[in-house]
Amino acid sequence: MAALTLKINNKSHTIEADPKMPLLWAIRDLVGLTGTKYGCGIAQCGACTVHLEGTPVRSCSIPVSAAANKNITTIEGLSNDNSHPVQQAWILEQVPQCGYCQSGQIMAATALLKRIPNPNDKDIHTAMQGHICRCGTYPRIRKAIKTASQLMTKNGSSK
Amino acid sequence: MENTSAQISRRNFIKLSGMTGAALTLGFYLPAQGKEATIVNPLDNSLSTELNAWISIDTTGKVTITNHRAEMGQGSFQSVPQIIAEELEVDLNQVEIVFGVGNNKKYGSQVTGGSSTVRGSYKNLLRLSASAREMLIEAAAKKWNVNKAECYAENGQVIHKPTGKKLGYGELVEQASKLEPPKEVRLKSPRDYKIIRKPLPRQDNPQKVNGAAVFGIDFKLPGMMYAVVERSPRFVGKVQSFDDTETKKVAGVKHVLKVNRDVFNNMYEGVAVVADNLWAAMQGRKVLKVVWDDSAFPHYSTEQLYGKLRETVKGEIISYRTKGNFSTAYEKAEKKLEAFYETPYESHSCMEPLNCTAYVTDDQCEIWGPIQAPDWIQGNLSAHLKLPMEKVTVNMTFLGGGFGRKAFTDYPYEAAMISKEIKAPVQVVWTREDDMAVGPFRPGMVYHCKAGLNNGKINAFETKMAGQNMGQQEPGADKKGYNDSVTEGLLEPYFNSFPHHSFGDAPLDSPIPVMWWRSVYASTNGFAYESFIDELAIEAGKDPLDFRKQHLWEERYQFLINKLEEVSGWKSRKKNEGYGVAITECFSSIVGEVVKVSKDANGKVKIDKVWAVMDCGWYVNPDIIKAQVEGSIVMALGAATKHATHFKDGLAVEKNFNTYLMPRINDIPEIEVHIVDNEEKAGGVGEPGLPPFTPALTNAIFDLTGKRIRVLPFNLDEV
Repeated sequence: MAALTLKINNKSHTIEADPKMPLLWAIRDLVGLTGTKYGCGIAQCGACTVHLEGTPVRSCSIPVSAAANKNITTIEGLSNDNSHPVQQAWILEQVPQCGYCQSGQIMAATALLKRIPNPNDKDIHTAMQGHICRCGTYPRIRKAIKTASQLMTKNGSSK
Repeated sequence: MENTSAQISRRNFIKLSGMTGAALTLGFYLPAQGKEATIVNPLDNSLSTELNAWISIDTTGKVTITNHRAEMGQGSFQSVPQIIAEELEVDLNQVEIVFGVGNNKKYGSQVTGGSSTVRGSYKNLLRLSASAREMLIEAAAKKWNVNKAECYAENGQVIHKPTGKKLGYGELVEQASKLEPPKEVRLKSPRDYKIIRKPLPRQDNPQKVNGAAVFGIDFKLPGMMYAVVERSPRFVGKVQSFDDTETKKVAGVKHVLKVNRDVFNNMYEGVAVVADNLWAAMQGRKVLKVVWDDSAFPHYSTEQLYGKLRETVKGEIISYRTKGNFSTAYEKAEKKLEAFYETPYESHSCMEPLNCTAYVTDDQCEIWGPIQAPDWIQGNLSAHLKLPMEKVTVNMTFLGGGFGRKAFTDYPYEAAMISKEIKAPVQVVWTREDDMAVGPFRPGMVYHCKAGLNNGKINAFETKMAGQNMGQQEPGADKKGYNDSVTEGLLEPYFNSFPHHSFGDAPLDSPIPVMWWRSVYASTNGFAYESFIDELAIEAGKDPLDFRKQHLWEERYQFLINKLEEVSGWKSRKKNEGYGVAITECFSSIVGEVVKVSKDANGKVKIDKVWAVMDCGWYVNPDIIKAQVEGSIVMALGAATKHATHFKDGLAVEKNFNTYLMPRINDIPEIEVHIVDNEEKAGGVGEPGLPPFTPALTNAIFDLTGKRIRVLPFNLDEV
């Protein structure tokens, strides 16, 4: 056990954890932010995706000690009112069905749009193919990423 | 912790919904199975405690609905309020939906399966909301002292036509709640719908894009422990002994105990590791040593299972449905055709792995989780814990996928038994490996189809199905009974157009547990039937769509075929394009799909586009239907070309997404969905889009390459 500081969504949390505990369980069970999901535990499905220093990572496969004192963003940190263009696009295109994988999908899409503000299908496929959706919302994810891109251009925002 | 009663009396309901003051609450009371529901006002009705408190309108005009069905992505959180808002004449934004709890007595069957949420209850929902509207109109007319025929309702208000006077519903609820519900109400014609049949956005989506939606795995109780269970990897194995010395050394581990799981009344065994956090429980399990007694049953491999299936399908079958004399007609046929089709075992693999939270005390039990069948769980736990039904409360959270797996009672049972033993609330979480390798699975099937053609039409048709019968898993089950699901998926008019036919099954006895998987038997039957009909069309020298049209002369089917032909450009296809069609029927909906394939620059087959025509009769929200058909196609694509569960030495081989491969975003073609507008009764929406995809795809591949695919799954890259 070790005392660690996690900086999640611009807020510091001090936790007592086994340094080998995956970041996912620290976020969910010790910090109590449950928007980040467990799907496979072996970095195959993408449901646990968060941003570590702005880069999308699989929190199920990173020990919590490796994330200590770094900037972590979870789905809860995207906006506090669904105002982020990716969230808006997800609602406009009615992407979620069960919704379980969507936190990870949205975090990946957000990172993609930051890197490539106007992605084509190939860019989208490359960035999103690590994410499984069992409900099969893929056609709408493809569409929503393009919609989000337009919303960002319109707002002149690239947050 | 407060444990509320499962029986929501009117007062409880109001409390549950966060409403205060007077309210108009109406529900329907189901007097006996099969009879029409009686709509009652609980205020003056002695049956109030048994009433399904469906809708309630408070003094601010806010409408609250209890959703008695699970929300697992299929959209019941949207379709139910849309139905209510339409006849109640309120804006959809005035309607809030809350989760119900398991109570069969109150709600009737709550099992969210068979695509039944809308088709099972829409008539009652329409009548219920129309009744409330009429009571509010009557209350206003009384207040104004005018004839109620001069009044109408619109946008949450009652309006007096001659004077233009208005009263909001909130101002009328107290008076309306004292009135008798009308004996009869007039329902709107679909032509006049303002809310139903509109693609309105889902109300649950805002909380599904910011992490706020609470799934079973997100649920927490004060003092809750976490558990993982080492379950018999060979399904029915028994715990001979276990050594928890190392497990108990893991910081946070509190208990290690043997636990049973009720799988179709068979007690499956496991050893639970309980800790104060999930990670600790998982670590403790890693060093747990369990010795299993696996001696009492065969340790099948996939090869052995399919060897047996191929053998049994050729032998005696249990006959289910016959007409004419198949054998004689087949012998005399001008052309004969015979084919075998095979479909694999599959895991449900919901994105949210199974989990359940339970708190059992001496005199009550409460369950929270991703649950498709709360009333079954209530019944199961009431019997096993010897508690009266009203002392067992089953709460539904959002489900991260269900697909049939979460309609099963084993995982809440197991959680309840652990909580009972440790005398504390506990959340049992299945790892992905547990979820994928423990089952139950979709059963693997082998089909033997034979048919005779005369004058280019099917004169004799026979299908034999070999595979595990999902209904024969309980101890003492009658294994001589036929499986009436052998015809699921086949279009109903074929029974009229095949003069001689025969359908039956040969059940396989196996220790592998099996269960409904999205669209159930139709998910595999559809592949056999619609592949074989395609083969027969080719044999008859006919266009596959025209061939179907010749056999399906009913107007409803002709319309669907014509629509498919029109939207897909079937007749104007280009050279180097393969087109395939399939049409299936299940859960009272008919779906036809056309798949277009071609070869990419490397000569590999790729799927270019899918067109779907859904005829589900009366429907609520076209966008939800489109989403469900898209999702069904993606799920079918996975089972056809990506994944299967294999067995080796009695163990499931595929345990996670690194071997049980899922379709990814780059595998998904464009999908175009059309919905038929007609006056037929409501059919299912969540499942019927799945069965036609695979045969439409393999038929298209045959059209392009001349290669017939009869065994699933197949690798699209290797066609």
